[in-house]
Amino acid sequence: MQALYAQLLVGLINGSFYALLSLGLAVIFGMLNIINFAHGALYMMGAFCAYFLLNGLGLNYWYALVIAPVAVGIFGMVLERTLLRWLAGLDHLYGLLLTFGIALIIQGVFQNYFGSSGLPYAIPSQLQGGMNLGFMFLPVYRGWVVVFSLVVCIATWYLIERTRLGAYLRAATENPNLVRAFGINVPRMITLTYGLGIGLAALAGVLSAPINQVRPLMGADLIIVVFAVVVIGGMGSIMGSVITGFALGVVEGLTKYFYPEASNTVVFVLMVLVLLVKPTGLTGRAT
Amino acid sequence: MVDVKTAPDAPAKAGAPLLEIRDLQAWYGESHVLHGINFEVKTGEVVTLLGRNGAGKTSTLKSIMGMIPKRTGSVRFDGRELIKMHSDKIARLGVAICPEERGIFASLNVHENLMLPPTVRSGGLSTEQIFELFPNLKERLSSSQGTKLSGGEQQMLAIARILRTGARFLMLDEPTEGLAPVIIQQIGRTIQRLKSEGFTILLVEQNFRFASTVADRFYIVEHGKVIDGFANSELQANMDKLHTYLGV
Repeated sequence: MQALYAQLLVGLINGSFYALLSLGLAVIFGMLNIINFAHGALYMMGAFCAYFLLNGLGLNYWYALVIAPVAVGIFGMVLERTLLRWLAGLDHLYGLLLTFGIALIIQGVFQNYFGSSGLPYAIPSQLQGGMNLGFMFLPVYRGWVVVFSLVVCIATWYLIERTRLGAYLRAATENPNLVRAFGINVPRMITLTYGLGIGLAALAGVLSAPINQVRPLMGADLIIVVFAVVVIGGMGSIMGSVITGFALGVVEGLTKYFYPEASNTVVFVLMVLVLLVKPTGLTGRAT
Repeated sequence: MVDVKTAPDAPAKAGAPLLEIRDLQAWYGESHVLHGINFEVKTGEVVTLLGRNGAGKTSTLKSIMGMIPKRTGSVRFDGRELIKMHSDKIARLGVAICPEERGIFASLNVHENLMLPPTVRSGGLSTEQIFELFPNLKERLSSSQGTKLSGGEQQMLAIARILRTGARFLMLDEPTEGLAPVIIQQIGRTIQRLKSEGFTILLVEQNFRFASTVADRFYIVEHGKVIDGFANSELQANMDKLHTYLGV
């Protein structure tokens, strides 16, 4: 039974990363109509940013949690302003190819300088150790990752679904020309939204660094699963991405316990089933 | 009654041209849709652009609003040139558009749709004034989706949201399209009331009967050009032209 709970916890942690990454992808797809294949590479940059801050400037994990998403988010905004903006109105395929190319370049540069093996990043002293819950042993850092990710996901959902700024974002997704004719600077809002989505990816990277080590290809391994999560949840659906992210992490964890051979493929099997039954995803709307 | 003093640009400057358009040309990609539009709208007037489908009426409104990127000529509003401006800047000068087919957002509820356009100037109508003007909207405010309202309610919502902004020049694109006669009458009364309270209105209409009850002047648009213009008082003398150009 201990093993089952342990796998459930692993599932929840993976689900946290899936949720944060797919949330960013959903925000970017919903607003910009871009399938952002560079998301995994920018997640990796978040982890590397935390590593540089610690080893270069002596700034610990708590600083990294704020600085890395902002820094990588700004890098994302520069990408949007200089490259992605030119693809507005074109077929999705162009955005996918461009962001895939960006991902390869970023990963290539980091691989060139740091190789493929992982760089260590210590768990912050305040979050070391564990708690005996009676039915299982809970490492504090892992519990923190799950809770913090949930808080960030809910805050992002609230921002988009319940605030005036979120109303601008949702309206601009439907009819950007009309929203701009109401006096709202839509191009600037798009840039900031891309920055927000990338910031979420970088935040996931920082959270992941003490668990998975810092590796140039850490995002490439994850991004395919995250895309499956977004497809299952419904492209562009904020809440769908969050719930599906956590749920699929748990499903993956349970599969590891009950039928380990299928644990790497269960997400993709579910994706195929969802596409067959509901092609717009579980919470997506037909356009 | 909406307080006249709060209405923007009360007709103190009545008679002065608020909008002057000279040789306005516009393109959708390679398609040349406006071929030199010329007309003007004076402060406090209701001016209607009449014309058949595809004549260029909606494109004219969109060009004034900066919603068609490729355009040349001159659009002067309150003495300022708009031709190179983006639509968000134009909106902030006090120009508002109620688009064809209303432009109600499906992903926003009724309240969010109403509150979406930001205030661009002081003097916009308060929510209470809006509800006094459109009592139906108050009852439907809690409705989940703006697009679930009836056509008439959506039209009222589309007009109401731009009245909040403080814009003093309103462009209404076919506000009666597809609506029942009783709703059309209500919209006509609303336009007359807005006019009496100092708003300047540029209307695009195919419903000539409706336009004749609210407009001070008419311009006829054909093949992307204004080919004629006359005042409401000259309407009877110009009925032959209307028959020819509009088939009314």
